[in-house]
Amino acid sequence: MFIFTEASEARIKKILAKYPEDRKLSAILPLLTLAQEQEGYITPEAMIEVGKRLDVSPAYVESVCSFYTMYYTKPVGKYIVKFCINISCHLNGCDNLLEYTEKKLGIKEGETTPDKKFTLLKEECLAACCEAPVMQVNNKYHVNLTPDKVDQVLASCP
Amino acid sequence: MTLILFKDIDTPGLTSIDVYEKTLEGYQALKKAFAMKPDEVIEMVKASGLRGRGGAGFPTGLKWSFLAKDVFPRYLACNADESEPGTCKDRELLMKNPHLLIEGMILCSYACRIETGYNYMRGEFWEYESVMEKALEEAYEKGYLGKNIMGSGFNLEIHNHMGAGAYICGEESAMLSSLEGERGEPRMKPPFPAVKGLYGQPTIVNNVETLCVLPFIVRNGAAAYAAIGTEKSKGTKLVSVSGHVKKPGNYEVPLGTPIIDLIEKYAGGIRDGNKLKAFIPGGSSVPILPASKADVPYDYESLQAAGSMLGSGALIVMDDTTNVVSEILRITSFYMHESCGKCTPCREGTRWMYQILSEIQNKVGKPEQLDLLIDICDNMEFKCFCPLGDAAVAPVVSSIEHFREDYEELLGSLKTGQPVGTT
Repeated sequence: MFIFTEASEARIKKILAKYPEDRKLSAILPLLTLAQEQEGYITPEAMIEVGKRLDVSPAYVESVCSFYTMYYTKPVGKYIVKFCINISCHLNGCDNLLEYTEKKLGIKEGETTPDKKFTLLKEECLAACCEAPVMQVNNKYHVNLTPDKVDQVLASCP
Repeated sequence: MTLILFKDIDTPGLTSIDVYEKTLEGYQALKKAFAMKPDEVIEMVKASGLRGRGGAGFPTGLKWSFLAKDVFPRYLACNADESEPGTCKDRELLMKNPHLLIEGMILCSYACRIETGYNYMRGEFWEYESVMEKALEEAYEKGYLGKNIMGSGFNLEIHNHMGAGAYICGEESAMLSSLEGERGEPRMKPPFPAVKGLYGQPTIVNNVETLCVLPFIVRNGAAAYAAIGTEKSKGTKLVSVSGHVKKPGNYEVPLGTPIIDLIEKYAGGIRDGNKLKAFIPGGSSVPILPASKADVPYDYESLQAAGSMLGSGALIVMDDTTNVVSEILRITSFYMHESCGKCTPCREGTRWMYQILSEIQNKVGKPEQLDLLIDICDNMEFKCFCPLGDAAVAPVVSSIEHFREDYEELLGSLKTGQPVGTT
């Protein structure tokens, strides 16, 4: 069973107030984001709960959820490391850096370390092309990367 | 030269309303606008020659005048879903100067008689959500948002809305689907959003950069803006210069600035002593051009005449150590990933192109596959549901046209008798 925390409930109230009363389905992405923040990924139970709040079926929630790449429907690591692999980063050596990070973490792209600390993912353009190569760790930008900088960032994750 | 978008952009604390007001005559344009009739503001923006900075370059004032007459409520959706590979200008505006965008959204809403606006930011801009939320709070506190703004009788609510990872949501009708709580799939046009948009109501969708220009135009007049740039491409443009240059960055230049100046003077030239080989002038969705076109002025008409487009203003630079095929493969992989799957030519076409380009890149392609690629492109162009399909075609066709030798280099390594197409 999935229950939104009290803090989440307060935020849900604010989120719903953004949209016309008869258009609360507009809140589906923010609510899914909240559910994911709470549990790390989106469980089937969370989809049922979000559906109840917005008067849509769990199947509808899943169809929306599966469309967007930022939602995880399986457990992920405490830190999600996302490497931009698009053209500007590619021209600046992101492939070597990704390979370096794979070796360092001992996992392949798409995998999670056995201690569940890091999940390593490829990401399409992160819109920081003038500071390539770029990665995000739990949605925080790290730019102008070098192997040393990757080391520093990963070491700073408690 | 006059900076419009990046004026004092690195002033410490600019994200706070007090600094914005002091440094950039912040929110001063509102007084001037409220003294005018809404239609007069539309006429002013028309006269300025401002064109949409998201990619299509459609005249902004004209777009506003297409709103269905006397149908209310109307909505504004600001397109802050910046995801076009090579483009990172809106991110800089959002993180450094959120009040400029809010002021622009207020001006647009007043002109178009809109009382509710949404700022649709891509989900990956999570770090800037709090910057924008705080800026909105400050604007409400100062009375620039809410009821009866500055005693004008005009009411406006602006809300921030975060996406969750989908390039297609930058297409205006897909963005509206997403904002309504659906999968971010594009809708049939017509009706255009100005007639039936968000919640079936007349809606203006404008890019961040476009809206950020409005305070300057209202404060200084249409003529001041129209005096910058070329005869048909007015004003300045933010250009994201990335790739093999010494000083990659976002640069604000008058439209009509030669591309070679952007590369040499602004971005410091090609690095590592190499030479310019190719560049993509307007983001991954526009045709790639060879170095011989580097003297082309950076404006809508000149780039079109040169066989490409200004697009979103992302200049991606490649030096002579690059084999263009591997970059085109990367772009094609992107479109395959981002195709929403709604229409067949795009869903299947991007995958086929990716498979063929992968074979060529892995040196197991066949020479006749170049014709096959062109054929697939022919069957996609103008036949896909939304512009994503056309965007996927542009880099492939143009790269075969201008850099056929790069393909042949990879195809030529094929030994006679070697089995092909088996990867």
